Amino acid sequence: MTAVIHASDLTKVFGKSTAVDHISFDVRQGEIFGFLGPNGAGKTTTTRMLTGVIPPDDGSATVLGYDIRSEPVQAKQRFGVVPETSNAYTDLTAWQNLMLMGELYGVARAQAARRSSELLTVLGLIDRRDQKVQAYSKGMKQRLILAMALLHEPKLLFLDEPTSGLDVQSTQMILAMLRDMNRDGTTIFLTTHNMEDANRLCHRVGIIRNGRMVAIDAPEKLKTAIDRVHTIEVSFDREVAGDALAALPGVTGVKRIGDKWQLTAEKQDAVILSLAAFSQQNHAAIVTLNTLVPSLDDAFLRLTREGSP
Amino acid sequence: MNPAGLPEQLRRAWAIAKKDIRLYYAKNSVLVFGILMPVFLFLAFFTGSRQLPLAFLIPGLVGTALLFTATAISPAIFSWEGRHGTLERLASCPVTTEAIVLGDMIASILYGIGITLITVFIGLALGLSLLHGITMIVSILLAACCFSAIGMLLAVPPTSEPSTPMMLSLLIKFPLIFISGIFIPLEQMPGWGLVLAVFSPLTYFTDLVRYSFIETHYFPVLIDISALALFTLVFTAGTMYLHKRTMPKRL
Ligand SMILES: Nc1ncnc2c1ncn2[C@@H]1O[C@H](COP(=O)(O)OP(=O)(O)OP(=O)(O)O)[C@@H](O)[C@H]1O
Ligand SMILES: [Mg+2]
Repeated sequence: MTAVIHASDLTKVFGKSTAVDHISFDVRQGEIFGFLGPNGAGKTTTTRMLTGVIPPDDGSATVLGYDIRSEPVQAKQRFGVVPETSNAYTDLTAWQNLMLMGELYGVARAQAARRSSELLTVLGLIDRRDQKVQAYSKGMKQRLILAMALLHEPKLLFLDEPTSGLDVQSTQMILAMLRDMNRDGTTIFLTTHNMEDANRLCHRVGIIRNGRMVAIDAPEKLKTAIDRVHTIEVSFDREVAGDALAALPGVTGVKRIGDKWQLTAEKQDAVILSLAAFSQQNHAAIVTLNTLVPSLDDAFLRLTREGSP
Repeated sequence: MNPAGLPEQLRRAWAIAKKDIRLYYAKNSVLVFGILMPVFLFLAFFTGSRQLPLAFLIPGLVGTALLFTATAISPAIFSWEGRHGTLERLASCPVTTEAIVLGDMIASILYGIGITLITVFIGLALGLSLLHGITMIVSILLAACCFSAIGMLLAVPPTSEPSTPMMLSLLIKFPLIFISGIFIPLEQMPGWGLVLAVFSPLTYFTDLVRYSFIETHYFPVLIDISALALFTLVFTAGTMYLHKRTMPKRL
């Protein structure tokens, strides 16, 4: 797979503090890459270096095959950005903002108009297109900014907390749009605090802490990687003996909780298989079977805790 | 289409200029610093110096008008945009810093030319005749570029407080008015005043306007135009170079 973003040793120093400390990673073509980290970890600073807004103090980044320092215009022409701070021109209307973007990206007038109508319709803003952005609510502004980033049909989209402070409806609208675009081949670099969004949306996530990348993997793998021991909850339609469960291969512990059994295991896969066999042999049908993996929240907290490796 | 090529970047600079025109021409501070200030300054001087002929004063009015209007917008655009977070938007767009600076300059230049033409018509209405129209047009164009570049140059120190560069520009504009032969003819200047006048682009512009209206001039026309062109070139190149360097500090 080809790397759409290739960051190597990216570093940014503000005064005495190093906001981003020799970060290296790749974002692959066609994936949604989640960029997570606590407040002040350096997410926005990294995003701004990748999008050519501020120059790195060390290291380099290639975006869509162009070095962001030496060929910034070529790279910027091909990606879209939703920055952290809302920034449409509030004294212009939504339509004027979009037309300005069209001109700045060299999109032909007719095409810019067609595309703007499309985007405003999908994002539920078409009725307000000729209203000054000043009069927009936060969610409407954010949707407009997404439309502005998408006007030139970029192959890669950077978003820095696009849904922070938005209601469920605006959030869902934006996430649904991202998912659709990704299905159509757009690579997405998404900075977010929302673990649920990251979990549902991202193919891979990178976790940054104090300016360093501490983990980078698929959400599911991150979750399971933090705990060696897995917990499986199972219940049967009749009484079974706890000892028999404990004797199953792979099971390291058994606990009774209400009408359920909670088993601990090192390899959940093996235990589930032996549970199925156990159920068949004892004619005890499985009523519920849950694997209690740690949430991405747990993984995140563990990985970003001070002092952890 | 090569987005980084000159034609495309020029087109995008024009888009930025159009945006500036929409957003900033009607700003209160632009009206105050750009129009009211020079009008009052000029009226004050006009009423106080009855002994100078109208034919001498009108070119001074044209010069003052262009200096103030062409520098009314350019110093503050970067701070306005920085403050509203729209500069970050522009910085992530496929436009070079040079194109952004050029766009801001164009908006400034057009504003300057528009208002200055009014003062030229005032001169004509008051009985002056335009003897060298082409010279007038060329000088206004050149000087508008030059002054708007000066305005942009004043915006180089990064600040998100738009009044800082505006004040700074006033501090520069007032002395310029007094050393550039607007109110005091160059012929009557003391030697040290003349030395200062040589370093003011406004001197050459006023000289050219005077030549266009009444054919009197202090320097040869070719010297005036070359000096103005040189100033324009140096200031424009300088402001683009410096803005490219300070741009990341604003973000
Ligand atoms: N322009 C700047 N000048 C000085 N320090 C800065 C600047 N921008 C960021 N920093 C510092 O760099 C560090 C990383 O900031 P950054 O905005 O990248 O964090 P973040 O991960 O985006 O946080 P958040 O989740 O709050 O958005 C912080 O300590 C911040 O104070
Ligand atoms: Mg941030």
